[in-house]
Amino acid sequence: MCGIVGLFLKDPKLEPQLGAMLTDMLITMTDRGPDSAGIAIYGGAKDGLGKITIQSASPDKDFKNLDGDLHDAIGQPVTMLIKSTHAVLEVPLDQLDAARSALSHLRPGVKVMSAGDSIEIFKEVGLPKDVAARFDVARMKGTHGIGHTRMATESAVTTMGAHPFSTGPDQCLVHNGSLSNHNGLRRELIRKGMTFETQNDTEVAAAYVSQKLKEGEDLGTALESGLEDLDGFYTFVVGTKNGFGVVRDPIACKPAVMAETDAYVAFGSEYRALVNLPGIENARVWEPEPATVYFWER
Amino acid sequence: MQTFDLGKEGLRALNSSLHALKGQTNMTAWEVVNPKGAHAIAAGVDAPVDITVRGSTGYYCAGMNKQATIRIKGSAGPGVAENMMSGTVIIDGNASQYAGATGRGGLLVIKGNASSRCGVSMKGIDIVVHGSIGHMSAFMAQSGNLVVLGDAGDALGDSLYEARLFVRGSVKSLGADCIEKEMRPEHLALLADLLKRGEADGQARPEEFKRYGSARKLYNFNIDNAAAY
Repeated sequence: MCGIVGLFLKDPKLEPQLGAMLTDMLITMTDRGPDSAGIAIYGGAKDGLGKITIQSASPDKDFKNLDGDLHDAIGQPVTMLIKSTHAVLEVPLDQLDAARSALSHLRPGVKVMSAGDSIEIFKEVGLPKDVAARFDVARMKGTHGIGHTRMATESAVTTMGAHPFSTGPDQCLVHNGSLSNHNGLRRELIRKGMTFETQNDTEVAAAYVSQKLKEGEDLGTALESGLEDLDGFYTFVVGTKNGFGVVRDPIACKPAVMAETDAYVAFGSEYRALVNLPGIENARVWEPEPATVYFWER
Repeated sequence: MQTFDLGKEGLRALNSSLHALKGQTNMTAWEVVNPKGAHAIAAGVDAPVDITVRGSTGYYCAGMNKQATIRIKGSAGPGVAENMMSGTVIIDGNASQYAGATGRGGLLVIKGNASSRCGVSMKGIDIVVHGSIGHMSAFMAQSGNLVVLGDAGDALGDSLYEARLFVRGSVKSLGADCIEKEMRPEHLALLADLLKRGEADGQARPEEFKRYGSARKLYNFNIDNAAAY
């Protein structure tokens, strides 16, 4: 199964509550996938600064004096905010690649969850309520975000196998379903220079979209191309720095409900996930059509 | 009138109360408030009672219904009235995928649109949709009637058996072995009755519909196609 929730805020007054709203929605979807949970939040972009979210299985060891060591390596100021097994590093935007490369030498055990202007990704094995509490997601602010709760069907239950997957700057993707041609596609994408952390099918879909964006396609076109090239069952929700997109495969057996008001666009695997949103009684509620790309951008 | 607050009392308490109703009962009118998209609301009822759900429901609302009249004053999630045996289910809003799937009897009325696979494998149920239906509807439908006042999506009636499909609007495409058939007087009479019972007689006339059914070419294996397998 798996459960997906997403929120794209149109009304800036709701931004302080983004994390709280997403947490409530994600916990409601717990029955759809109790293995692991994750959340991508877009917000808090600062001029000239970029963010790298990292994860470690030994945070005490790996995060100790990491900001200092990174500062020495890139010669630029670095700030670090530790949240349980994750930490968010802020570095000058033009030093993002240099910092990532330095990280791989300084702390080989550290995994990069996301990098970009505004994206932060937190994901772990466990129930949505525990994962959300661990990272204090309810207090996060932002413009849009995506949450996922996983019922693993084709690769191991690990932190890196949890969603969202981020394979490009400020990009993320979550998936309900399963792909059948991901091994072949993964080989092609590796040949084109993409790198992979897992054997997971969803990571291939994320990397496929990132590769298309790299080749110059816009997100809408990249998702349209995916309808041709990705074989299997899927409802995808994708995030970019400014936007939020949804696409379902042509058979569309994986559920999806959307709601839109003047204040937000919301996504849920089930209507249950949306019932506590403000003004839901008068929202336009609909199911996204199969093989149709939906996209909202600010 | 029995009013049941699903938010306070919970689904299990509701369904056990409804399942306890057998034969003659004085509690013939029920109202369920705060459904909030919960699953399996009023599933498995077997009593001639009237149940109104005030809001939208999740998976399998009114599933396996026998005898009851169940009204949903909102939209319904996947598998509403799945395998209904008898009685009536009326949805004021839209229905998600596989509404009325495998239904054996009774009447399902959807006043909005129905999503994909409406009436899949239906086996005797009557379904009246005031709006449009999605792709793969009436897939392997065996008997019963599906009436659609709006349009039908791709692959209508794929691998159909003997169910009758009536569509007033356009059909995006017909599935394998599904063809348009002539509308004879008995079909017009049947349709008039279904529209009336489906609370749609003010909105459409039987003459406006086309009838679709099985070409019956998949019933027997055709040896000339052996090379295709």
